[in-house]
Amino acid sequence: MTSRKTVLVLGGSSDIGRAAARAFAKAGYDVGLAGRDVAALEPDAADLRARYNIEVGLSKFDVLDTASFDGFVGGLPALPDVVISIVGLLGVQENAENDLAHATTIMRTNYEGPSLILGLFAEKFLARGSGTLVGVSSVAGDRGRASNYVYGSAKAGFSAFLSGLRARASRGGVHVVTVKPGFVRTKMTEGMKLIGPLTVEAAVVGDAILAAVEKKTDVVYVSGKWRLVMLIIKTLPEVVFKKLKF
Amino acid sequence: MTLVSGWGRFPVVDSDVLRPRSFEAVGEAVVTGSVARGNGRAYGDAGIGAVRTIGMTGFDRVRSFDPATGRIRLEAGVLLSDLIDTFGPRGFLPFVVPGTRFVSVGGAIAADVHGKNHHCEGGFGRYVDSILLRTGQGETIEVSREQNSDAFFATVGGMGLTGIILEATMRLRTVETGWIRERVISASDLDVAMRALDAGDAATYSVAWIDCAARGRDLGRSLIYLGEHAGTDELADGAAAFPVGKNPGLAVPVDLPSMTLNRYSIRAFNELYYRMGARRAGGDHVVSLYPYFFPLDSIADWNRIYGRRGFLQHQCVIPEQGARAVLGEILDRVTRRGDASFLAVLKKLGQGDGILSFPLPGYTLALDFPVKGDILNFLDEIDRLVVAAGGRLYLAKDARQSRATFEAGYPALQRFNAIRKSLDPTGHIRSKLSQRLFDEV
Repeated sequence: MTSRKTVLVLGGSSDIGRAAARAFAKAGYDVGLAGRDVAALEPDAADLRARYNIEVGLSKFDVLDTASFDGFVGGLPALPDVVISIVGLLGVQENAENDLAHATTIMRTNYEGPSLILGLFAEKFLARGSGTLVGVSSVAGDRGRASNYVYGSAKAGFSAFLSGLRARASRGGVHVVTVKPGFVRTKMTEGMKLIGPLTVEAAVVGDAILAAVEKKTDVVYVSGKWRLVMLIIKTLPEVVFKKLKF
Repeated sequence: MTLVSGWGRFPVVDSDVLRPRSFEAVGEAVVTGSVARGNGRAYGDAGIGAVRTIGMTGFDRVRSFDPATGRIRLEAGVLLSDLIDTFGPRGFLPFVVPGTRFVSVGGAIAADVHGKNHHCEGGFGRYVDSILLRTGQGETIEVSREQNSDAFFATVGGMGLTGIILEATMRLRTVETGWIRERVISASDLDVAMRALDAGDAATYSVAWIDCAARGRDLGRSLIYLGEHAGTDELADGAAAFPVGKNPGLAVPVDLPSMTLNRYSIRAFNELYYRMGARRAGGDHVVSLYPYFFPLDSIADWNRIYGRRGFLQHQCVIPEQGARAVLGEILDRVTRRGDASFLAVLKKLGQGDGILSFPLPGYTLALDFPVKGDILNFLDEIDRLVVAAGGRLYLAKDARQSRATFEAGYPALQRFNAIRKSLDPTGHIRSKLSQRLFDEV
């Protein structure tokens, strides 16, 4: 390894993960990509090396296999400067309403796993006295909505976890960033009807994550419009809100 | 089905749009009547499948890069803007860039795009060493000048009709900086402009912008932009060796009413542009590559200024011999009409590389027209002049030429069709453009 700064991207094969990896690589970081299928990460590793002449390491990471987390963190070649969790699962709300296994997977993938792994890194970072943790949460966590509250509630839990962790870790020199991307054109949202002016490309999210880490921003709405939209949604009285179907 | 159009937003047609995420999925996506689409910057119907349009911009990975040789292997959906932003600061640029950087590598190969250096350095395809092609009959083959060379030369400039371009290996040029030493020459009429372009043959980059407001004696009044890559010693103190390519700041947010562009506003724009440019004429100055190569990229969605009905770009090339008379006649008719154009561009081309590549030694003239009134008939008349002079139209811009015009302009068509047939005997690969101009009906 070189003396350059390092970033570890959990969920490295997702579109936002790839975009974040490129943004950090361009800024001179060496990159670790972690995902369930290491072989599937290899083309992205080659892409980063060819583009930015940096070191790229790959490791296997399964967000549902919490028992493996200690071994995962201990097995890394070095403790990174920045860890980004982009892991998430939108799932299918209608299925989750009846299928407990599916609902559980959504909750664990969006809340339990990301919180536990970032919590683990937080302890290591606090012991070292430096580091930045980034959790990609969602505007869906700002208020539970009829159309996606299983996913939204898990993201709400994750956002709350990050908020508390930030308050505690900031005293120990460790910064925590919460990212709420809104609509992003990715594999996950393909086929969904997205509202054009509220939708961004994955590359924009990648750049926003880098900027947030460098500027030590606490909570990032990638598009400022979303901050306003969610403010309105959050302040609607419950009697009105429960009549809305979205 | 989805309504799809090219950059000119005419025609708008139905096609089933898929965005596969693996090469296997690309294969599965191909049905009878499919064509690949890059970033959608072909103006007319070239990037629209007869039945299915296969979006390729998700394939945006660089596979390998060798800084010792400048050789790069990449997926077909990588945009030239991405290549420039990523490799420019490392001292490498594409040899050939068209007037917008927002095109994919696959699209640039398929249209064998040319740049301001075609007269001396050739087109995009000249710097492509090999292509990974998924043919219509389902084979995935590597094609190059040495291996499957017929398929290679049919794919360069073949408008995506030989199959789906998956990956390519190409060479990048080394540059000291991302700046261009520009010289602007003002030319009082067409004769002076053409002589200035001829005199600029030695320049790496040359292009003329024609003032469409100038008529009669002033017909063809132009600004000629010559350019060379600038060295580090030519930069202003403190300037970065590579400028930052800003994303478009301005955007055209909505379709402007079609009357926004009328003969008066176009005249005023042209007049202003000429006067501002003429003031810069004379000595050399150093400009960023971004405004030099891509002046319109700074305005997002500029195609919307022509209104909801869209616009047509007519780009012809006229062989050198006799070009002056034909270009004069075309310009005379266009300036009398008064509704063209923000962009009248004249430049010299050299020999094309692919079997169907647009360039031939001569002068190319590009004009924009809003879709309205009798424009289709007017352009048919212009086409007659082009054909009579032995010229042809650029397929990447075309949305409306007739089969007769096309067949007259591309005498190598039969050879192309034979190669295409051998790669795709059952006709899986078909675009709206191929239905209009190539396919048996």
